[in-house]
Amino acid sequence: MQASIVTTAPAPHRFWLVAALGAALVALGLGAAHYMEVEGHVVTGMNNHVVWGLPHVFAIFLIVAASGVLNVASIGSVFGKAVYKARAPLSGLLCLAMLAGGLMVLMLDLGRPDRMIVAATHYNVTSVFAWNVLLYSGMAAIVAVYLWTLMERRMNRYSKKAGLAAFIWRLVLTTGTGSIFAFLVARQAYGSALLAPMFIVMSFAWGLAVFLLAQAAVYAWNGMTVPAHASRRMTRLLGVFVAATLYLVAAHHLTNLYFARQFDFERFVLVEGGLYPLLFWAGYVAVGSVLPLLLIYGGDAARPRNPVIASALVVVGAFCALYVFIIGGQAFPLELFPDATTRSTFLDGQVAPYAPSLPELLLGIGGVAAAFLITVIGVHVLDFLPHDASPESGATDDGG
Amino acid sequence: MSEHQRIDSPPATQAREAVRAGTSRRALLGAGAAGLAGVLLAPGIRLIEIAAAQGARAAGEPASSKVRWGMLIDTTRCASDCNQCVTACNTENGLSGGTSPTDSQWIRKVEIRHRDTGRTSSAPVMCQHCANPPCVDVCPTGASFKRADGIVLVDRHTCIGCRYCVMACPYKARSFVHEPLTAQKPDVPRGKGCVEGCTMCVQRVDRGLQPACADACPEQAILFGNLNDPDSAISRRIREIATTRIREDLRLDTGVRYHGI
Repeated sequence: MQASIVTTAPAPHRFWLVAALGAALVALGLGAAHYMEVEGHVVTGMNNHVVWGLPHVFAIFLIVAASGVLNVASIGSVFGKAVYKARAPLSGLLCLAMLAGGLMVLMLDLGRPDRMIVAATHYNVTSVFAWNVLLYSGMAAIVAVYLWTLMERRMNRYSKKAGLAAFIWRLVLTTGTGSIFAFLVARQAYGSALLAPMFIVMSFAWGLAVFLLAQAAVYAWNGMTVPAHASRRMTRLLGVFVAATLYLVAAHHLTNLYFARQFDFERFVLVEGGLYPLLFWAGYVAVGSVLPLLLIYGGDAARPRNPVIASALVVVGAFCALYVFIIGGQAFPLELFPDATTRSTFLDGQVAPYAPSLPELLLGIGGVAAAFLITVIGVHVLDFLPHDASPESGATDDGG
Repeated sequence: MSEHQRIDSPPATQAREAVRAGTSRRALLGAGAAGLAGVLLAPGIRLIEIAAAQGARAAGEPASSKVRWGMLIDTTRCASDCNQCVTACNTENGLSGGTSPTDSQWIRKVEIRHRDTGRTSSAPVMCQHCANPPCVDVCPTGASFKRADGIVLVDRHTCIGCRYCVMACPYKARSFVHEPLTAQKPDVPRGKGCVEGCTMCVQRVDRGLQPACADACPEQAILFGNLNDPDSAISRRIREIATTRIREDLRLDTGVRYHGI
């Protein structure tokens, strides 16, 4: 039985205004990508030493969070939690939207984005990137089918199976994303089997944070507030995921600290690397992890703003963590001669420079805007608003 | 003319003698010219002979796995203030020679100072042409590939510019073309938005020449040849002296070896 929901329908012009804003940002991102393609990547901050820059921070955040945001649906369909099941359609929509946004950034940052057809027709089976092409397109297809089973009444009976397939696929997908780095044999920052599970747990936290933000916006858009019991349970789950992420990140660094060959890298990224330690400790650890945990467990949980603030902080922390991981990991000099200091015209032995440029930022924001636009249109034309059962009828739900 | 010739040499015979004498003179002149040409051209011809013996191929003939091209770089002969291999590479392949972080550098001189001993050396570092190249493994489209003769290349037609190979290469051997290019060399295709690196001067090797860096080194510190031929100069040298590979721990079976680092 569903509780009756009284909504304040938003004025139509508000939708068009918001959609136009999203479209304008997408257009700016596309313009930036076109500029980068015509002029070459020399107009970005990327170079031959930091070859993946800010666009990759945005793209990987969007893709990792896309897989994580689907967890809400999985907890509902696979594990039968009513609070989450009511939110499964929104979770699926966000997954598709963020996947599209992330892939848009990733593809448009290519040196030859005009060769998309080459990427689709030439397939190297040993490449983790190539695996990910299949994983991303498969994810989109499975989630689309899953959404169909959720939203088409006649297909509802298949939703649990579709949800299970999507859950398994999303775990494989995030494993694939983590493996992009885990399989890099020579770089000190990467090349660890821990990265795959770490990315999965990161996706749990970052995806749920994005979901909570989107949920709050959708409810506010309809003049509603998120039911307290749902908010409380989901926010506490966010706390568990944030803590688990912090644990795996700590395990990764502690493992490195135990290996003498990794001392220099850890010293760089945690202490002496300038911006990178600052972003790691202040951005990821303090603002993106400890503060949200304090808000979730130590603050006044009843305050409706706390989940939103905590989620926003987790997203800020995610960007900081990825910036350190992706860009800091490349900025640290690749070690060709482990027992020697080196120098060359190609920056051997030197920290590589990187300063993000406006086109990169606009492309990244364009990807976020694409995800935003898809979500806004989806929520506007279809019924993605969570329909909660009354708290009493959901008594069996322990909130995951 | 002798009496005998006078007596026994009818006009026809005399004519034959004259022809023979002329032939001898021409033969003599020809032999002299050939000798002179030999002196002048021998190094080049010799190189072609060496290369042909080591597996250089005719146009249209596919590369053969019977050959594995490699290099032995003797850093004990490599002066830190010498950059001639780098200059030769740039000239041969049409690179600008710029050293900004966005400029392509297919080969660079790395100055090495060992932390414990303080010993220094200078080594040219380029694509190491691994037998198990990480760049080939990670390339999503197969644009990074290894030829049958061990030379690792990038197919400029299928490279999408994802730069994953740059991330994967343990030797910083790859560059990404950040700007539009002009005045390219016809036999060295390059392109904005694609990744590139040392080709071991494949355009020269296929013609039976050695790579430009090896050719230019004033100390002959770069020895190029067929690692699969036990009698090649490089194979013999590798048997004789201690050599090592950069990041040997990765077991990538590089085609480039070093002595003295």
